Amino acid sequence: MKLRLKVNGQVKTADVPEDIPLLWALRDSLDMKGTKFGCGAAQCGACTVHLNGTPTRSCQIPAAAAQGMEITTIEGLSADGTHALQKAWDELDVPQCGYCQAGQLMSAAALLAKNNKPTDADIDAAMSGNICRCATYPRIRAAIHRAAEIKAAGSKAGAGAGTSGNPGGRR
Amino acid sequence: MTTSNHQITTDPGTSLVSRRAFLKVSAIAGGGILLASYFEPLSALEPGAVGARDRNGMADPALNAFVRITPDGIVTIIGKNPEVGQGIKTMLPMLIAEELDVDWKNVRVEQGDFDPTKFQSQVAGGSTATPTNWLPMRRVGAAARAMLIGAAAQTWNVPAAECDASMGVVTHTPSKRTMTYGALATSAASMTAPDLASVTLKDPKAFKIIGTRVHGVDTKAIVTGKPLYGIDVTVPGMLYATFVKAPVFGAKVATANVNELKAMPGVKHAFVVAGESALSGLLGGVAIVADSWWETQKARRALKVTWEQHPTSQQSSASYAAQAATFASQAPQRSIRTDGDIDAALAGAAKKVNASYYYPFIAHAPLEPQNCTARFVNGACEIWAPTQNPAPGRAMVAKLLDLKEDAITIHITRGGGGFGRRLNNDYMVEAAWIAKETGAPVKLLWNREDDTQHDFYRPAGWHNFVGGVDASGKLSAWQNHFVSFGEGQNFGSSAGINGGEFPARFIPNFSLGASVMPSGVPMGPLRAPGSNGIAFATQSFIDELALAAGKDPLDFRLDMLSSMIPDPPATPGGRPAAPGFDGPRMAEVLKVLKQRSGWGKRLPKGTGMGVAFHFSHRGYFAEVVQATVSKSGTITIDKVWAVGDVGSEIINPSGADNQVQGAVLDGIAQALGQEITIENGQTVQSNFHDFLLLRHNQQMPIDVYFHKSTNAPTGLGEPALPPVVPALTNAIFAATGKRVRSLPLSKHDLSWS
Repeated sequence: MKLRLKVNGQVKTADVPEDIPLLWALRDSLDMKGTKFGCGAAQCGACTVHLNGTPTRSCQIPAAAAQGMEITTIEGLSADGTHALQKAWDELDVPQCGYCQAGQLMSAAALLAKNNKPTDADIDAAMSGNICRCATYPRIRAAIHRAAEIKAAGSKAGAGAGTSGNPGGRR
Repeated sequence: MTTSNHQITTDPGTSLVSRRAFLKVSAIAGGGILLASYFEPLSALEPGAVGARDRNGMADPALNAFVRITPDGIVTIIGKNPEVGQGIKTMLPMLIAEELDVDWKNVRVEQGDFDPTKFQSQVAGGSTATPTNWLPMRRVGAAARAMLIGAAAQTWNVPAAECDASMGVVTHTPSKRTMTYGALATSAASMTAPDLASVTLKDPKAFKIIGTRVHGVDTKAIVTGKPLYGIDVTVPGMLYATFVKAPVFGAKVATANVNELKAMPGVKHAFVVAGESALSGLLGGVAIVADSWWETQKARRALKVTWEQHPTSQQSSASYAAQAATFASQAPQRSIRTDGDIDAALAGAAKKVNASYYYPFIAHAPLEPQNCTARFVNGACEIWAPTQNPAPGRAMVAKLLDLKEDAITIHITRGGGGFGRRLNNDYMVEAAWIAKETGAPVKLLWNREDDTQHDFYRPAGWHNFVGGVDASGKLSAWQNHFVSFGEGQNFGSSAGINGGEFPARFIPNFSLGASVMPSGVPMGPLRAPGSNGIAFATQSFIDELALAAGKDPLDFRLDMLSSMIPDPPATPGGRPAAPGFDGPRMAEVLKVLKQRSGWGKRLPKGTGMGVAFHFSHRGYFAEVVQATVSKSGTITIDKVWAVGDVGSEIINPSGADNQVQGAVLDGIAQALGQEITIENGQTVQSNFHDFLLLRHNQQMPIDVYFHKSTNAPTGLGEPALPPVVPALTNAIFAATGKRVRSLPLSKHDLSWS
C-alpha cells in the first residue's frame, strides 16, 4: 500500500506492506537510515522519532498510523547538524560506537523543547528508555546540560558558546 | 617509486618483539605523495590475547600505515582496523598526524577494506592496537615530514637542516620562506625515503595532537544520522533475509512449512539450510528472503518448524552447577601451577578461609543486532560486515562456498558495538550462503531475540578457594580449584585461566588446578575475556583473607603486591606469568587510588567502600566503589574512582575517559543484573526486558585518573572493566556485612537491620 508520510517537513510516498512499523518504512522504503533498530520491543529507544513533537518508538507504531502527523527523524533534527544538541554532542564528543545516539538525541530534543533547563533528575526521567550499550551516560547528561546553555545563549544574544564546554588541551 | 628497506632491531617502547619495518613511497597520478609503511608481522602476542597470531618468524611484510598527501594539503589516512566504538579510527591517525606535524583539521580518515595483501592485522580485539602501533605509526609520520622538508630544501637549494616544519608548512628559517605540504607533496615523492629506524621522533613535550581531546572522526556523521553501520548498507536489487536457527544450539531442521511461507506477501525465497556442525559457522535453520525485512518477520511468525533431537538439549545451567559442585568436592583434573608446599602451608596457617565463587554466562548485546550484506557476481563474493575480525570470516566463507579467498571482498563497516561479539563471523557465513542460494544481493538482519539467544557467551566459571594467613596476618597459602568448560586439556573459548594469573608469583605456597566439563553452549571473548570473571572471584577472596588477617583490604593488597617472587620455580603444566605484570607498578596505582578516593573515611552503616585491582591487556587498573544498600536491600552506587596506569601518554584523553567510564559502567551492569541461563540446551533470555543493560538513571559519578608512568602506552578498550565488579561486591560487604560470592547481585537478598 502507498502511504503519504510527512517526514522532516517533506511529504513522501512510501510503498510498503500494510502493517509495517514506521521504523521500517523510514529505513527501508524511504532510505532514511539514521533511525536505528535495536530491539523491536520498545525496550531500547534506538528507533526514537518525534510524532507531532512527542518522542515515539517507531518500531512499535504502524507507519499508516503516522499519516497526517509531523514525523521528525534525526536527519531532520536540524538542516545542517547545528541543533544545540548536535553541537553539544560534538563538543563533548559523546559517542563511542554511536549506534544509539540518534535515539538519544531525539529523546533529548523532546526534553529540551519543553524544559529549557533540565535537572539531572529530569534527564534521567526523560532518557531512561534509551539504552546506550557503551554507557556514554555521563557524557549524554553533560551534553544535554551543555545544549541547554547553548540554547539559552542563542536565544539571549544569538551569540555563541558558554563557558562550561570542552576543557581541551593537553593534560 | 623509491623504496628503502631498513632494519629496526628493536622497538624498545613496545616491549613486544623485534620487527623490521620499511617505507614505500610513490607519486600519485595527478599530484601528491603516497606513503605506505610495511612491517614484518608480530611473531606472536602473549597467550590469552584476543586476536593473537600463531605465526612464527618472517611472514609476508604487512602494510601498517597508508597515507596520502594531495596538492590541496589534505592528508588522508586509512584506518585499517575495525571501529566498534573503541576509538581506533581516530587514535591511530593521530599518531601519524602528530609526527607529520599537520593541522588535524586537514586530516581525513577513511575506513580501509579488509585486505590481507595490504594489511597484516585488521582486528579489533585484545586492546593491542596502541602498544603495537605507538612507535611505528609515529615513525611513518616523521619520515613523511622529513621528506617534505627535503623537498622544500631542494626547491630552495638550501640545506635541509636550515628548514623546519609545523602545522603543514615548511619554513626556511633564515629567509622565512614557506611552502605548504600540499605544494611540496608531489616533489616529496621523489625524495629518498628515510630510514624508519633512525627518523627523529618528537620529544613528547612538543606534542600538539597526542594528549589533546580529539573528537571521533565520525562524530558529526553520527549526530546527523548518516549511514555508517552494517545495518545501513544498501546494494541495488537487494533483498532482505532472516535466518531462523534452532533454539537448541546446533540442532538441525526436521520439517518446515517453507512452501506456505513462499506464498506469503513479499516473500521471494524460503528454504531449509542443512548447515554444518561447528557452532561458529553455518548452522542448520530456515532462511526467509523477502522484498522487505518486515515481510521476513511476518513470514517468520507463520513458520512451523520442527527440529531434530540434539544432545545439547540435555544440558542446562542447573546441570552445569551440579557438575561443578561434584568437581569441587574432588581433586582437580589437572594442575596448572604449583609453588611451594600448599598442604603444609594450609595446615600451618593461623587462619584458614574456604570460599566458592560463581559467575554466570552473559551475553554481549551490542545494540546493533548482527547483520551482514552479501552479493555474488560472476563467481566473486562481495560482503559488507560490521565485523571485528574479518580474516577468519573470509576463510569460513571461502571454505563453505568453495571459493578462493581472493574472490571474496570484505568491506568493514562501523560496528554498533562489539565487545568481542563480532570477533565471530557466523552472520557472515549465513549472509553469504543465503545470497548464493537466492542469486540476489541479500541483507541478513537478526532480530534482538536472535542476537540474545545465539551469542558466543562469556563462559560461566566457578572458583573454589582455600587460603591461609599466618600469625602475623600475612597471606601464606592460596589454593584455587577452578571449574570451567572444555574437553580434556583444552578450555573452551575464553573459559581458561593461566598459571601467571595473579596472585601467582606473589604467594610462596600456591596451587591452581582445573576441572572442565563439556558444553554445547557457544562461548567466546567478551570485553576483557577471562579477566572479567577471574577478577571478581580473586579480588573478592582477597577481601575475605584481609578480613581474616584483621587488615585493611587496601593495605593488605599493597602488602601482597610488595611480595613479588622474582623467579618462580618452573612447574610442570604451568604457563608463564602474564607478561609484564609488575607488582610495584600496580602498588603505585593503588596508592594513588587510596588518596583520590579518600579511602578509610568513616561511613555510616549501610554505606561502604570496596577496592579491587586487576591487570589485563597490559593495563594496570585499580578501582574503588562506594555503595549504599538500603535496609530493604536496594543498592545505590554513590561513586566510582578508577585509576589506571597505561603508560607515559594518554593519546586521546577524550576517547580514553570514554573507554574507562564505559568499561566501569559495563562491569556494573554485569554485576547488577546480567545473566544468561540455559534450560534444555537453549537460552532463556530473549530481549532487554530480561537481559538487563544499564540505563541513564543508574549512572553515578566516575572519577577517572591516569597515573602516567615511563612505560610505553597501552590499550584501553578492556582493562578498566574487571576491577569494578569485585570493587562493588566488596563495597556491599563493607556496607552490609554480606559477602557476595555469586553474580548477578539481583539474585541476592541484601537487606539488613
